[in-house]
Amino acid sequence: MLTTIIGIFEEGLAYAILALGVYITYKILDFPDLSVDGTFPLGGAITVILISAGVNPVLTLLLSFLTGAIAGIITGVIHVKFKVRDLLSGIIVMTALYSINLRIAGSANVPIFMKDSIFDNNLLDKIIAGGFRPYLMMTVLIIIVIIMKVLLDFYLRTKSGYLLRAVGDNETVVTSLAKDKGIMKIIGLSIANAFVALSGGIFAQKNGYFDISIGTGALVTGVASVIIGTNLFRKLSAMKATTSVIIGSILYKACVAIAIAFGLEAQDQKLITSVLFLIILITSNEKKRRAKANA
Amino acid sequence: MLRLIDISKYYNPGTVNEMCLFNGFNLSIEEGEFVSVVGSNGSGKTSMLNIICGSIPIDRGRIEINETDITNTPEYKRQIRIGRVYQNPALGTCPNMTILENMSLADNKGKVFHLQRGTDKKRIDVYKEILRRLGLGLEDKLDITVGSLSGGQRQALAMIMATMTPIEFLILDEHTAALDPKTAELIMELTDSIVKEKKLTTIMVTHNLRYAVKYGNRLLMMHQGDIVIDSLGEEKKALKVDDVLDRFNEISIECGN
Repeated sequence: MLTTIIGIFEEGLAYAILALGVYITYKILDFPDLSVDGTFPLGGAITVILISAGVNPVLTLLLSFLTGAIAGIITGVIHVKFKVRDLLSGIIVMTALYSINLRIAGSANVPIFMKDSIFDNNLLDKIIAGGFRPYLMMTVLIIIVIIMKVLLDFYLRTKSGYLLRAVGDNETVVTSLAKDKGIMKIIGLSIANAFVALSGGIFAQKNGYFDISIGTGALVTGVASVIIGTNLFRKLSAMKATTSVIIGSILYKACVAIAIAFGLEAQDQKLITSVLFLIILITSNEKKRRAKANA
Repeated sequence: MLRLIDISKYYNPGTVNEMCLFNGFNLSIEEGEFVSVVGSNGSGKTSMLNIICGSIPIDRGRIEINETDITNTPEYKRQIRIGRVYQNPALGTCPNMTILENMSLADNKGKVFHLQRGTDKKRIDVYKEILRRLGLGLEDKLDITVGSLSGGQRQALAMIMATMTPIEFLILDEHTAALDPKTAELIMELTDSIVKEKKLTTIMVTHNLRYAVKYGNRLLMMHQGDIVIDSLGEEKKALKVDDVLDRFNEISIECGN
């Protein structure tokens, strides 16, 4: 039982960083960014290939983060500069990334079980007592999630962060401030996809392999976590939205785990993901996105 | 000084619905003028504002501010010298951000938006003082989101935000039209005091002939993309609502309304 609960926390925390990224696009920018389904495995592919080559596991995560940021910029430029609809811009990048990810990883499945990772390396072996082992992965994840949450919270309180929120809230105000709303959208997409790729990299290190299929449903998982979190704690105004989203991610993974415990199998996972998402959408009465013009 | 020179604007060019709004339209507005613009629907008032601000492209002509050609300057770059308040109170503010955050955004206009704190705590008292002068009690509600304010409160805030930093031009696009008469009166007085205090060159489109006559030092009436009344100085001061209304009716009759 305890192992299952720890498993849920580990899964939920790894996906929490993805959820933070999706929170930026879905909630703040009001942009349905499907490139997430490509940038999540992108982070995974970069990480496994670099780890296989002997690069420091922490450095691989940093590089995954940067690669995700570049992918986000590409989605943004397609949307803003070439005036392609938001949904289509994401789909274009997602589809292109499928091939790129396979190219980077070299095959659809790459194991890295024997290599060092952020969860299993000489340094940790030295400082961690044996009895703490079962909680080690969860602890490392909590630390990373908190760092990323604090960074995001900090950014959203800066001038640039204010402007990002304003773009999603009311573009006209950004134009009135003599600022290019397109650039802010690109920045937002870049940060969001950087978070998502980082999450993919952590996920690959956690599981000890990269698989091309991990991208499918990444956006759905992220949006579900965001909706659960923000709706559940809506009345608690003292709680930051980023905290809500992290808890939402863990709760969502708990729901999936419960569904599997009721006799569904691992291959049903994406089905569970999407049915759960549908239930959440219907019960949370999530407002329909307003129809909006291109950038 | 703002100059529109030989402006032409067509809607739906090349189709059966082609409509010529402006054909060789000229207008020049001197520094410090407060111009009220009236005219029937479709006469080109709002299009003129959109052309000045760069919200819509023009087919021919030139736009100059202080002798500098800004015809090809993108909309957002022009806003550095322009403050604009819209008919819809929702357009001037960010509904999901607090009053304080909105004020901070407006206060930073013209500066770079980097990674400094979004709200400068030292400025909060200044914001409160500005809001207190509105007499709407907004200074005590700094942390509530703007979306929960009434239309009049939002429009007052939009007005404050548009004129917070040094600008040269104030563009008012029927900014009292969506408000109840009492609130409209309040916003108009606020407008007048801000314009006088900051010595802004102002263009105000309105359907309220009384406001058009009472406020400002120049009155334009537009009709089908042309200026049919342009009255300024002493002539404007002597102008009565009935004079404007009579001319308005003449035009309407010509059009068969």
